[in-house]
Amino acid sequence: MYAFNYHRAKSVDEAVKLQKSASEGSFLAGGHTLIPTMKQRLAKPSDVIDISGLKELQGISVAGGTVTIGAATRHGDVANSPEVKKAIPALADLAGHIGDPQVRNRGTIGGSLANNDPAADYPAAVLGLGATVHTNKRAIEADKYFKGLFETALEQGEVITKVTFPVAEKAAYMKFPNPASRYALVGVFVAKTKGGVRVAVTGAGPGVFRSADMEKALGASFEADAVASIKVSSKNLNSDIHASADYRAHLVTVMAKRAVAKANS
Amino acid sequence: MAASGIGVSVRRVEDFRFLTGRGNYTDDINRPNQLHAHILRSPHAHAKIKKIDASKALKGPGVAAVFTGADIEKDQIGGLPCGWLVTDRNGQPMVEPPHPVLVADRTRHVGDQVAVVIAETRAQARDAAELVKIDYDEQVATVGLADATKKGAPLVWDQAPGNICYDWALGDSAVVDAAFKTAAKVAKVDIVNNRLIPNAMEPRAAIGDYDLAKGNYNLYTTSQNPHVIRLLMSAYVLKVSEHKVRVYSPDVGGGFGSKIYHYAEEAIVCWASRKLGRPVKWTADRSESFMSDAHGRDHLTKAEIALDAGGKFLAMRVVTVANMGAYLSTFAPCIPTYLYALLLAGTYTTPAIFCEVKAIFTHTVPVDAYRGAGRPEATYVVERLVDEAARVTGLDVAEIRRRNFIPRDAFPYQTPVVVQYDSGDYQSTLEIALKTADYSGFAARRAESAKRGKLRGLGLSTYIEACGIAPSAVVGSVGARAGLYESGLVRVHPTGSVTILTGSHSHGQGHETTFAQLAAERLGVDFDKIEVVHGDTDKIPFGMGTYGSRSLAVGGSALVKAMDKIIAKGKKIAAHLLEAAEADIEFKDGTFSIAGTDKKKTLAEISGAAYVPHNYPINELEPGLEEQAFYDPTNFTFPGGCHVAEIEIDRDTGVVQLVSFVAVDDVGRVINPMIVEGQVHGGVAQGMGQALLEGCVYDQKTGQLVTGSYMDYTMPRASDLPTLKVSTHNTLCTHNPLGVKGVGEVGAIGSPAAIMNAVHNAVAPFGVTHVEMPATPERVWRALQSAPKAAE
Amino acid sequence: MPTVAMMVNGKKVSADVEPRTLLVHYLRENLGLTGTHVGCDTSQCGACVVDIDGASVKSCTQLAVQCEGAHVTTIEGLAQGETLHPMQEAFRENHALQCGFCTPGMVMSAIDLVKRNKSPSEREIREWLEGNLCRCTGYHNIVKAIAAAAQTMRG
Repeated sequence: MYAFNYHRAKSVDEAVKLQKSASEGSFLAGGHTLIPTMKQRLAKPSDVIDISGLKELQGISVAGGTVTIGAATRHGDVANSPEVKKAIPALADLAGHIGDPQVRNRGTIGGSLANNDPAADYPAAVLGLGATVHTNKRAIEADKYFKGLFETALEQGEVITKVTFPVAEKAAYMKFPNPASRYALVGVFVAKTKGGVRVAVTGAGPGVFRSADMEKALGASFEADAVASIKVSSKNLNSDIHASADYRAHLVTVMAKRAVAKANS
Repeated sequence: MAASGIGVSVRRVEDFRFLTGRGNYTDDINRPNQLHAHILRSPHAHAKIKKIDASKALKGPGVAAVFTGADIEKDQIGGLPCGWLVTDRNGQPMVEPPHPVLVADRTRHVGDQVAVVIAETRAQARDAAELVKIDYDEQVATVGLADATKKGAPLVWDQAPGNICYDWALGDSAVVDAAFKTAAKVAKVDIVNNRLIPNAMEPRAAIGDYDLAKGNYNLYTTSQNPHVIRLLMSAYVLKVSEHKVRVYSPDVGGGFGSKIYHYAEEAIVCWASRKLGRPVKWTADRSESFMSDAHGRDHLTKAEIALDAGGKFLAMRVVTVANMGAYLSTFAPCIPTYLYALLLAGTYTTPAIFCEVKAIFTHTVPVDAYRGAGRPEATYVVERLVDEAARVTGLDVAEIRRRNFIPRDAFPYQTPVVVQYDSGDYQSTLEIALKTADYSGFAARRAESAKRGKLRGLGLSTYIEACGIAPSAVVGSVGARAGLYESGLVRVHPTGSVTILTGSHSHGQGHETTFAQLAAERLGVDFDKIEVVHGDTDKIPFGMGTYGSRSLAVGGSALVKAMDKIIAKGKKIAAHLLEAAEADIEFKDGTFSIAGTDKKKTLAEISGAAYVPHNYPINELEPGLEEQAFYDPTNFTFPGGCHVAEIEIDRDTGVVQLVSFVAVDDVGRVINPMIVEGQVHGGVAQGMGQALLEGCVYDQKTGQLVTGSYMDYTMPRASDLPTLKVSTHNTLCTHNPLGVKGVGEVGAIGSPAAIMNAVHNAVAPFGVTHVEMPATPERVWRALQSAPKAAE
Repeated sequence: MPTVAMMVNGKKVSADVEPRTLLVHYLRENLGLTGTHVGCDTSQCGACVVDIDGASVKSCTQLAVQCEGAHVTTIEGLAQGETLHPMQEAFRENHALQCGFCTPGMVMSAIDLVKRNKSPSEREIREWLEGNLCRCTGYHNIVKAIAAAAQTMRG
């Protein structure tokens, strides 16, 4: 790790100010993306601004058909939250399969979304449920938040404060983990929402994406068979030693099928 | 002494310190005033080093020194020696290139050590390393084994045309050819034995601490064999007198072969410590381990077996290409030859075997022994061939094995590949394993799996192993540059407690417990009054270390010899004290007595007399009660057994899950059943890893190590394994005093073939006859996608 | 250098550390608590697991400065003198360790599991160990030990 200055912010406003005055300031929430990256010397922030302790970023609440999760809420807290389990069990289930127990004890939803790793799980839930990402400046719809490989709509000085998820009628997430890293090689989140069916795919491409074909088919019939013959194109999918693009494309169908079956069960 | 003697699952002595965080691993050790080393490694598989400019780095905070290959050459530091000379089929010695501890002119694999930065802290050394400017001229690399011998392939060494280290053969090809001509059926396989990265959980580490006052080097290192490191480093690398070097291997967090070898970093920290007048410590990051620990396996093999009409094996022909990597690691040349071809008879009566092995240099990390070393590769060839033979003959996989086993009454059995097996009972291990695995109920389980959309497969492996590689004279005649005996020293203290010093090294095996059990049994001393010491060249007379499942068979036997000397001397002392003839003295359960009387002396009384020789046969005997022995075995030991694996394949995704695993092993006499079972569990997990998960991948063009971390190299996890059913059915080794055979490697030797046979069994209904290791989801899915037929 | 103060194994400790100091290095190098190990650099092997404020955490992915005011328990803090914690005892009794390197992290992780799930099934134990690699035992006896410890700890 390169040397850096460490700050513990007392508020989001202070965190933003600290970042502004740093030559390169990074926010630290759970640290489970930032610290490994820094350990590999792939990131070299001059200043690290710890926002993990900020009360205003904590907490889970359910009201009026919306689940609200503070940005610094840990994966394990989402996975084990009785409220989340009741309102959107698929979201709790997804959070309970991120990384491993120790990662879930530290990693946060805000950190995951700000990083937008193409193989992360949370982006699938946020896009699949049509959630809204709230920052210190604005509210960003999921469809406008994710911008591809490690890219998001976040601007300099913008901090995620919370995420609001509309409660879905039915939803489920199926993940085919990378056998080594256990990130999603392919993860598919399906949701039957008020606004229609949404299918979000993570791990397969350079960033989380929706499958219009699957959404259309499931809109007509929310049954596993409806997506069984729908293939996403492998053209823009990732290819690596664990899975070729063709195999990933195949897995998207399989995981989608299984996710629908799970949502219906 | 039954409570803690031979055959009892005594809980381990080691565990209290490990469980309370009080183990003492190399990285836990800090020497006063120590510096920290960071090794700069080649980012290229093959490059010329044009220039190294360390001037900026030297000005970095806390930096004490930057050394390069030029400094090594200036100080005439030698290269890392290879411990085995293989002579090729034409009587020519293998190509043996130099292996400098820091390369000066050319790098030959990603991770090759180019320079060392030494600073006050580890972070400062790493910071400064980024300031060292190395001007590389990148060259085309030879990466894949298949392409390495092709015309025009870049040469790793100019002195090795075609990148061939040696072209070796064993057996009579004419006899084999003739047998194939008479064959009713021939079965063939064309297989890859996947390259593995050992991944002991403790990364390697070394501290060099030069004592200027005495002129001694002290090396703390993560080694499986400290005496061998001392010998190699002092004689060949540092070129200092051996008695001036102390090598200490404290608690070592797993080795699996990767910590046998003498590594550059060990020499670097010692040399640098003397130059700088301060201790120098180096600890590998895991990513460094991936690119600097010797890898394992990496064979391409074409093999065929000839059968008569009754399914009897007539002959076998095996052609293997084995990867050595860029340099010859300490034992590398013997792995694909003497630890491989000699095992090709397996548990069968195959009368004629011919094997040729080409060892190849590539621009990759050196390849050497990894748990099993040669024997898993041989087992995979033989057991895949046997299953393929069953397929072409239509025989049941168990039945074809029964027809070809070496019968129980045929031992000692001379194989056509040099070795003579001393004992075994292969059919019984098979039958017990089949019963345990409910072989006859498999069809019903397969049908039940099918209902859930899963393909179920069952696979067998009835394997043989050769442990405790020996005798020294024989291995010497085929190229070993070391003896393969072991030493043991037994010290009975004046009050009757015992210290055992062994040249073996325990890094998970539990020698502190097992060896104490040996002494408790043989000397009749309370288990709690026995201490086992290992891993320190200043304390232990000599040792060849631990690898090849040799510790008990060779090291344990040395201890038995030493204990027998103790007993013999004790009898003399007892005869004197009891005023009896020595021939009338019996020793049992820690007591010397006059046969047929109640006159006796305990071992403690005898040792008391030996150290306080007031009433003592001083004219005939020296005082004291301490004996040392070296044991050089007369043969290998030959554990064997049967592994039965059952797997399920998810048809939609190709995921293979191991759902059941039965191991019935013959490991000779068992000292501690709990430890024996644990060794098998661990070996099976590594074998499962090889079969289903693990595979080292290099980018075939650039030679970059793609699987350079746990993000890409798949380690077996708890959820990848079922509860294992492990038991033994033992026949005793006939040539060592304990009847022991060894158990460290059996799990890893038998299991890959059993699991892969199960995978092939599962996909056989689709006409799929070949799936490569590791049987990853995509490989299996693709095999099913392109299957010749739909299963009925 | 900032000062960080925390409770480690029930004792208040405080030191000036570089911000880039990982908790595991602080424990090992500043406090001499070398029972917590480093087995990888990608936050996966779990040899470094400690308890921070009641949750198992990878101390290699935690800055020491983040632990200001925290209660940290390491493997050294479990046993009472020569009396082992039930999880340690179960590991010993069931031969759930060989080389011992992964053991501290394994034990710390297992204790967190049993705290959350008083009678975990074999499947649940195996899945919980997702973030703890062991190369020696094949996990067989570790799973057995955790189940046994859970039973003991239930009383």
